Amino acid sequence: MPQSLFIDIKNLSVGYTSRSGKTIPVLRDVNLSITRGDSIGLVGESGSGKSTLALAAMGYFKRGLHVISGQVQFDGIDMLNIERNALQRLRGGRLALIPQNSGQSLTPNLRIGQQIIEALRLHSDLPATGFDAGVIDLLSQVRLPDPIGLTDRYPHELSGGQQQRVAIAMALASDPEALLLDEPTTGLDVTTQAHIMELLRDLAKDRNLAMLYVSHDLGAIARVCNKVMVMYAGETVLTGSAKQVLLSPRHPYAHGLLASIPRLNEASLPQALDGRPPMPSETITGCAFADRCKLADQTCHSSPPPLNHLETGEAVRCFHHDQIGQLNRKPEKSARSNPVVADKDIALSLANLAVSYSRPGLLSKLFTPQDTPPSTVDRITIDIKKGETLGLVGESGSGKSTILKTIAGMVPAQSGNIILNQTEPLDTMVEKRPAAYLRQVQIIFQNPDDSLNPRHTVAQILAQPLRLYYGLSGTPLRDRSIAILEQVRLGEHYLERLPSQLSGGEKQRVAIARAFAADPEIILCDEVTSALDVSVQAAVLDLLDVLKRQDGTTYIFVSHDLAVVKAISDRVAVLYQGRICEIGPVAAVYSAPFHPYTDALLGAVLEPDPDVAPRLTADDAVELSPPKTGCPFQRRCPRKLGSICETNIPTAQEIAPGHIIHCHIPQVDL
Amino acid sequence: MTVSSTSHQQEQGRFITVMKDILARPSGRIGLTLVLFHILLALLSPLIAPYDFKLQNSSLMLSPPSSEHWLGADHLGRDILSRTLMGGREALLVTGIATPLAVIWGGFIGILFGLVGGRVDEVLMRVVDAFLSLPWILKMLVLIVTFGTGIGVLIPTLTFFYGIPVIRVARAATHDIIARDFVWAAKARGHSRISIIWRELLPNVLDTLMVEGAMRWSWMLLAFSSLSFLGFGVSPPTPDWGLMISDARGFMSFAPWGVIAPVIGLSSLIIGINLSADALAKALGIDRAQKAPM
Repeated sequence: MPQSLFIDIKNLSVGYTSRSGKTIPVLRDVNLSITRGDSIGLVGESGSGKSTLALAAMGYFKRGLHVISGQVQFDGIDMLNIERNALQRLRGGRLALIPQNSGQSLTPNLRIGQQIIEALRLHSDLPATGFDAGVIDLLSQVRLPDPIGLTDRYPHELSGGQQQRVAIAMALASDPEALLLDEPTTGLDVTTQAHIMELLRDLAKDRNLAMLYVSHDLGAIARVCNKVMVMYAGETVLTGSAKQVLLSPRHPYAHGLLASIPRLNEASLPQALDGRPPMPSETITGCAFADRCKLADQTCHSSPPPLNHLETGEAVRCFHHDQIGQLNRKPEKSARSNPVVADKDIALSLANLAVSYSRPGLLSKLFTPQDTPPSTVDRITIDIKKGETLGLVGESGSGKSTILKTIAGMVPAQSGNIILNQTEPLDTMVEKRPAAYLRQVQIIFQNPDDSLNPRHTVAQILAQPLRLYYGLSGTPLRDRSIAILEQVRLGEHYLERLPSQLSGGEKQRVAIARAFAADPEIILCDEVTSALDVSVQAAVLDLLDVLKRQDGTTYIFVSHDLAVVKAISDRVAVLYQGRICEIGPVAAVYSAPFHPYTDALLGAVLEPDPDVAPRLTADDAVELSPPKTGCPFQRRCPRKLGSICETNIPTAQEIAPGHIIHCHIPQVDL
Repeated sequence: MTVSSTSHQQEQGRFITVMKDILARPSGRIGLTLVLFHILLALLSPLIAPYDFKLQNSSLMLSPPSSEHWLGADHLGRDILSRTLMGGREALLVTGIATPLAVIWGGFIGILFGLVGGRVDEVLMRVVDAFLSLPWILKMLVLIVTFGTGIGVLIPTLTFFYGIPVIRVARAATHDIIARDFVWAAKARGHSRISIIWRELLPNVLDTLMVEGAMRWSWMLLAFSSLSFLGFGVSPPTPDWGLMISDARGFMSFAPWGVIAPVIGLSSLIIGINLSADALAKALGIDRAQKAPM
């Protein structure tokens, strides 16, 4: 097959008209061409225009957006001036899209089989008699187990990963020549994500697809793409092969972005990329990145840099791309030295904590008392020392957030104790806890959009804990609020702003400030960085680390991201189905010997390095409830010994001081 | 400067931004203009109406529009222009009082149900549903027939019946808000229940209630006019659009002006209110479909 341009976007500018009547560009003069067999990764922070560009390749623009100039061609067809019906045949036909949240793009009241048949009927040449076989064939191609049984299921009966596979199967129904993927694995667990990436990679190769992959996740891009295009503020700033861009980026922004990703093989915190990207409505005179760039000089602020095509095949929009070496990949920042906590007092003890969400009705209590489902969270015994950071990792459903909510008193414990400062056990419900204890435990939530009241100003948000716990008002309140804001590196002028006037990172800083305003001893962090861009995530992690050093606060840090947990924690507990699999110092948990589940998790992490392939040990089946007896991981464990794993709860094996693995496999074999 | 004074300024600032946003939309400009026009008319119409609305002139019976009587005369020979100009006064007065009352009581009960939650809430809401399933006009007629017509009965009746759908809306909004993390955060900090309701819940529910109130207003106007049309609203000879439409209906084939004039009066007011409510919803960010791109 000749390597002709398949998707060809030339000098495309897209914008919207603001209320004042000005045209505000969100894409500026972008070129993108994809040949068959190519897969291009489109990278950038939120708001960089990457999704807009991907959808433009289908000739689709979100409501309010319009083309300012440029053209979009698909296999020689002008997508911007095509007849409506022809466009409809192309979309979902030769050109398929796999959206971010396919759980939402599947019709909830149609069985899986029917939905795929619809895709086949509309977009394939198969005769009606061949539909059933076609469905089975597609479902097996996306490696779903038991495809025949699956056709009769409804979308809600499938896990997120399975739904995503069904969406991929539907996209493949038309035998497309090009595939657009918009963050297809965001929100999925690491093991699921890794499996789907492998599937996409193989599909692209087998079918010689032209693929455009939009993601903020450089690890995923590294796995499936051979070329990468980095976008910033609606412009292309760097293109090149995956290896060139991910291993030796020639643009300061790409460089900063890569440095801000926490990695498993590094013990230190990632480097934050300061500042924020310009809003589309801001006028940019020079380079859009100049304000955040360490290499920027006078020229960068005054005139926009052109896209330079280098002999090596890259294209870079920077005046100083030859000086990129000056941006030391790993600057003076030394490995994070963990504070010595060994001799400190215990701040919080969880003693045999169990939580159950099921509330059996009266009838089932009377007639089938033995049928009560196993507790969601069980046998959690952890002592956390003052000043220590304990990481809790696990996939969704591992009970990590439940444990946090139980500590905070929002979810009642079924049994077990929560003991603060080695005193008597706390009441399980927050309403009954003494006020003095409430101040000592504060929580920071995942999504600041949800945890900050949209109708309160920053001043009002910070005033709440300060009034409640310290009775401050008037000038002392204001002074203290300013002092706290400065601690989280926000200035006094933020006081009168509403959350909607802040960026994602700023909002999370305000949420952190609110938690620290109480001057607590323990802060519970529930996925605090997962709603943020990587560069912002690095800054927030850094801030949490600095604040902890100042105040000696104890953190319990919940995350699904193993690299993030590694970067910030002193000790890590790996959870599966609400039970601890492995717990110990960070260095010990992240290196052999492993619990088989830890091994599966670590193996599935996608590194932003095209040369590193994940090791997939366990399959990605999702379990809805823990097994009644034996090891929680028994059904997915690749190293299951036999019936002992199904009947006996694994004993705690102390591998090294403080490093405990709950597994039946003898220590020497782990 | 204390925080409470800054919050006051914030509220003022928000009022101004919301007003600006409403006026920046064509729907808001047209809607507010219509509503304002009708309110002014209701206040000033006794002064500007060219004739006495009660004055009957048998020689003018059903006469078409002329230079003296711009919109003609009705079956009793009364000037239709004067009656149309004044025909909204009663309706605006009654609904203008009943709407805020309905939103207040419905909102209060709805928030209460939402906060109580659980089985009590479920059972009570089914009662509300059952109530809503009956045609409203029947329920209202029963009350009016029992207690008689007149403002003293109409205002409480409309307040009562139009508060009930507000319960649903307020309850749903309350459920939405109390599940959000900022309410959890306040609970975890140990704020009192009152403080959580006052600071966290109410400011967020009020936006929804304001839009709901605007929508209820136009529904209530329609209900009031329907009652007048059926003869249970305003009593003659007070001019009222509903009543005028009812009176002129029989002569529609040869004297359509008697129906057209009050219909334009009523519909322009209702359209005005609906457009304003629409713009208000968008300005408050309740309408999600219309958010700016990206």
